[in-house]
Amino acid sequence: MGPVHVARTDRTESFRTLVRGQLPRLYSIARSLVGDDAEDALQDCMLKAFQRFDQLSEVAAGPAWLKSILIHCCYDHGRAKARRPSQVDFDEAERFSLYRKIAYEDPFPYSDSLHLDFLQEFGREDVRAVLMRLPLLYRTPLVLVYMEGFLVKEVANMLAVPLGTVLARLHRGRKLFEKQMWEYAEESGLLRKDAR
Amino acid sequence: MISCAEAVRQLWDYLDAVLDEVDRTTVEEHLRRCRRCCGELEFAVELRRFLARAGGEVIPTDILRRLNDTLEELGP
Ligand SMILES: [Zn+2]
Repeated sequence: MGPVHVARTDRTESFRTLVRGQLPRLYSIARSLVGDDAEDALQDCMLKAFQRFDQLSEVAAGPAWLKSILIHCCYDHGRAKARRPSQVDFDEAERFSLYRKIAYEDPFPYSDSLHLDFLQEFGREDVRAVLMRLPLLYRTPLVLVYMEGFLVKEVANMLAVPLGTVLARLHRGRKLFEKQMWEYAEESGLLRKDAR
Repeated sequence: MISCAEAVRQLWDYLDAVLDEVDRTTVEEHLRRCRRCCGELEFAVELRRFLARAGGEVIPTDILRRLNDTLEELGP
């Protein structure tokens, strides 16, 4: 075994170590971004990252580097299924306030914690279903900031876009999410209570 | 003092800690004095908690095994 071969084996081994430690986190992100395509997106991500491993200058940057590759793989998977932005009414979403809608519609008349009761109707799968109704472009910052706990600054780096762009998508994503929460609740009968 | 509409518009940016110091101070001042915005504030905080709880899905063992298999097959 020549020295070159040893070096290449070391390289593969350090790649494996990096990825193994990140798999749970990467899966969680992919699951929220592309649902059932999470495993496929992760497989793509590992292969792409391995091909480009030489471009990674320092090991400490590995986790963030993997996440940005994963997000691009998720975009590739999501693109086929994505709703085109033209199908989404942004103006209507911009005016929508879930807080005011719940107060106005008053779905639980006997409750003194109306807004909390509304949120409690949603299970984990319901939240995922609502998220999947959003265009991936707007789902991504919501997932990364509010579900995965990254700073807006970190997300801007991961997506390689300016901070202002992330903030604008985050704002729009939140509005679309609020509106879809209400529509989903109505459509799936979450608000039809026997006690009503 | 800024209006309720203005305070509510900046509420999430305030909670996301992306406002500059001047805007942060005006929003904080509004929220301290205004009772009407309390509900909006509480709901925004709850909605953030709600989303945080929905994240962090555990990787199923069969998927983890298949991904590790791929990892082992990567050539040197
Ligand atoms: Zn107010």
